[in-house]
Amino acid sequence: MTDPLDLARDSILAPAALADSDLDRLLGALHSPAIDAADIYFQSSRLQSWVLEDGIIRDGNFNIERGAGLRAISGEKTGFAYSDELQLPALEQAARAARAIASGGQAGQVRIGSQPLRQRLYTPQDPIASLDDAAKIALLQQVDAEARRCDPRVTQVVASLVAAHDSMLVIADDGRMSADVRPLVRLSVSVVVEQDGRREQAHSGGGARLDLNYFTEQERALGYAREAVRQALVNLEAGPAPAGTMTVVLGPGWPGVLLHEAVGHGLEGDFNRKGSSAFAGRMGERVAAPGVTVVDDGTLPGRRGSLNVDDEGTPTSNTTLIEDGILIGYMQDRLNARLMGVPLTGNGRRESYAHLPMPRMTNTYMLAGDQDPAEIIASVKRGLYAVNFGGGQVDITSGKFTFSASEAYLIEDGRIGRPVKGATLIGNGPDVLTRVSMIGNDLRLDEGVGTCGKEGQSVPVGVGQPTLKIDALTVGGTA
Amino acid sequence: MQAPAPMDPAITPANQQARLEQIINDLLAEAKRCGASAAEAVASASTGLEVGVRLGEVETVEHTRDNGLGISVYFGQCKGSASTSDLSPEAIRDTVRQACSIASHTQPDRCAGLAPAELMAGELPDLDLNHPWPIGVADAIQLAIACEDAARATDPRIVNSEGASISTHAGLKVYGNSHGFVGGYPSTRHGLSVAVIGKAGDQMQRDYWYSSARAAADLESPEAVGRRAAERTVARLGARRIGTRRAPVLFQAELAAGLLRHLTSAIHGASLYRKTSFLLDRLDTAIFPGFVRIHEEPHRRRGLASAPFDADGVATRAKDLVTGGVLASYLLDHYSACRLGLQTTGNAGGARNVSVAMGEHDRAGMLRLLGTGLYVTELMGQGVNATTGDYSRGAAGFWVEDGVPRFPVEEITIAGNLKDMYLGLLAIGNDCDFPGSTTTGSWLIDNMTIAGE
Repeated sequence: MTDPLDLARDSILAPAALADSDLDRLLGALHSPAIDAADIYFQSSRLQSWVLEDGIIRDGNFNIERGAGLRAISGEKTGFAYSDELQLPALEQAARAARAIASGGQAGQVRIGSQPLRQRLYTPQDPIASLDDAAKIALLQQVDAEARRCDPRVTQVVASLVAAHDSMLVIADDGRMSADVRPLVRLSVSVVVEQDGRREQAHSGGGARLDLNYFTEQERALGYAREAVRQALVNLEAGPAPAGTMTVVLGPGWPGVLLHEAVGHGLEGDFNRKGSSAFAGRMGERVAAPGVTVVDDGTLPGRRGSLNVDDEGTPTSNTTLIEDGILIGYMQDRLNARLMGVPLTGNGRRESYAHLPMPRMTNTYMLAGDQDPAEIIASVKRGLYAVNFGGGQVDITSGKFTFSASEAYLIEDGRIGRPVKGATLIGNGPDVLTRVSMIGNDLRLDEGVGTCGKEGQSVPVGVGQPTLKIDALTVGGTA
Repeated sequence: MQAPAPMDPAITPANQQARLEQIINDLLAEAKRCGASAAEAVASASTGLEVGVRLGEVETVEHTRDNGLGISVYFGQCKGSASTSDLSPEAIRDTVRQACSIASHTQPDRCAGLAPAELMAGELPDLDLNHPWPIGVADAIQLAIACEDAARATDPRIVNSEGASISTHAGLKVYGNSHGFVGGYPSTRHGLSVAVIGKAGDQMQRDYWYSSARAAADLESPEAVGRRAAERTVARLGARRIGTRRAPVLFQAELAAGLLRHLTSAIHGASLYRKTSFLLDRLDTAIFPGFVRIHEEPHRRRGLASAPFDADGVATRAKDLVTGGVLASYLLDHYSACRLGLQTTGNAGGARNVSVAMGEHDRAGMLRLLGTGLYVTELMGQGVNATTGDYSRGAAGFWVEDGVPRFPVEEITIAGNLKDMYLGLLAIGNDCDFPGSTTTGSWLIDNMTIAGE
């Protein structure tokens, strides 16, 4: 059995003895003529994690979650209730609570019908079972050994391995039932290095909607260990970062967190419907330099931010947000698409059954240009070359965003110079991309470690970009 | 509009607590049957209501109902953990089995295990944390609308709103372990918040305010919260950048609380034994000027972070973290204490209700002390390196000359190193005016780097 709908029915509805007739009844209890839209979201998820510290597997955790969230929408009003008990009486109570958002009307009648998946971006198999527990432990021990082998200055290694198997089944008000079974794996390494009393820490890792063998293929896990040690050793040599506005060259891949913060959030449908985004009302206007094209693509096979269908049952898509510098698209969920009168884009996501869906990013990246990255560096007289970042943040109303470099170098006379300490970069979302003057031919996506937070909800996302030259960005160093 | 009250009247706190205690005992018994030499477990149940309004209309009504249980089992020095949101008997058995299966693969850790039995909390003090708010949906909507209306009426430049919300949560948490310790207590938490958008010329600015308390009667009035959000928003209008320079920086009180959180995280046991703290080996040394005293008060009545025992079951106790500028205590749980060769300080789960002894100056007095420099009212981004103390964050606030705020500023960064910033603390205000478990006035810190134009 590999059809996600059959799998989700089997893992969620069958144990709770919920038949289609029960779902009909529930949807009827949730729906009424005064309700414009409604859905029931069932979820069952299992997650296993292991942590290695000081060379030993110190702890592991197994988590099982199950529940349903029931939502009824009338105009711009949403009623929501959820239950971690899947018995019919508890669900009916939740349906009544959610429906109370709109008064009046009789319970509606609907028939459940299933909607087959249009895309298969990952296999529905349980990644927890893809390696036996002894092999998972051996993998973490190899990571630890590799980090320590790389350099005697490594004094601490913390490594963790997480595998999650998440099944969702959503029933819309028209009785349409969609399901998805989503694997997600992640391996993280953190090292501390010490030299002459100075200590530095660095992280590395990766992840995907694949199984755990992803980490053993091509020595990926060992590669994360080497990368964490390399970054930590660079930071041991780092001097003060410069302060002020200067030319900044961003490396490919994870520095795409720039796009996520500077333009991504500002192009989510809810903020634009409400007019609270600095991008509101700017459709069709120039918001980036010619040559800049940014997409949100939930359809990349196996990527951390990808989904076969979003959490409202809409197939994900590749949505162009900015084309050749012109703003052409927002990201939408059902509520905001309906209120704005625009098509769905498959961006309705939620952290779990206990949270309301909203427009969220999937994998957000900039398409490649045609410049050689080496020529981009060579074109800079004095500036900053930033290749690794921690997180970022944005104020979508003022447009101001930050992202914090964790590995950066000075550029002097067209050459990469000495490493500098991490510094926060700050800019203005609506105009930072108008200052992009060179775009590399080296588009890369991140390693699969991103998590995005919005209104208290976390979801896995991806970012990416080619090497980029930004003519003026403020660098928050001390020198 | 009708909807069920947030608390089901059939479930009283007393029988709910007995039910969770029974679950804990079942978990511990099951762990013993599986052969565990020791075990600990925590179970929680909470219900709540959250309503959101925007532009005078209800936007969301959410009924929340959360259960959770977690167990750790020990086979000698090997540990395994499991957790679930399902409190059914089958789920309990399954969860224990999963934890035991994990423990069969973990490796002996000399510090794994329960905290010593003699450190378990005895008679639990009543910390006055439980004040259910039997508010209905309609009344909650009215309060939220009053709050948003007050914000929108404060100034004509307030042109839009992200909405106001009211939330109320009532929960119960029970912890127990195989020493025979079982303790639990109910608690409530209520909140009121609003965010509005102001516009002047092409510039839009957003800001918010909120109130949070154990008892609804302790919340600020909706009108006061709304006015404050609007005042904060319009004060930002017209913000511009300033040039790169060095200057003294005054951190608004709520942001000073963030500087304190960097301290409590750096002196937490896990940061210390992993050597990822910028305050490693600094116990009994001066990390602040001599006038600084920082105190932790876990038994504060109605405190938002109050707890009679920590996540190890160990009794919590009040203590100075910093006395006369000298680091007086780490924050240790049983495990990290063992790793460091020290005793637990009852801080499994972190610091609880940290307060800084306040100085003599109010806001105006602190601005006069600042003289000419930056008054920071917002910080953005991560930008804090816990291992080195390097600090670089996005900021917004006001440029101050001769003690008077001259104009709002934005899109700048401030940078330094927390070790130097703590030692360079010039004064602490008495202008504590924000909700939360941390109590402090504003902090004036000398000589930071501001990056801008």
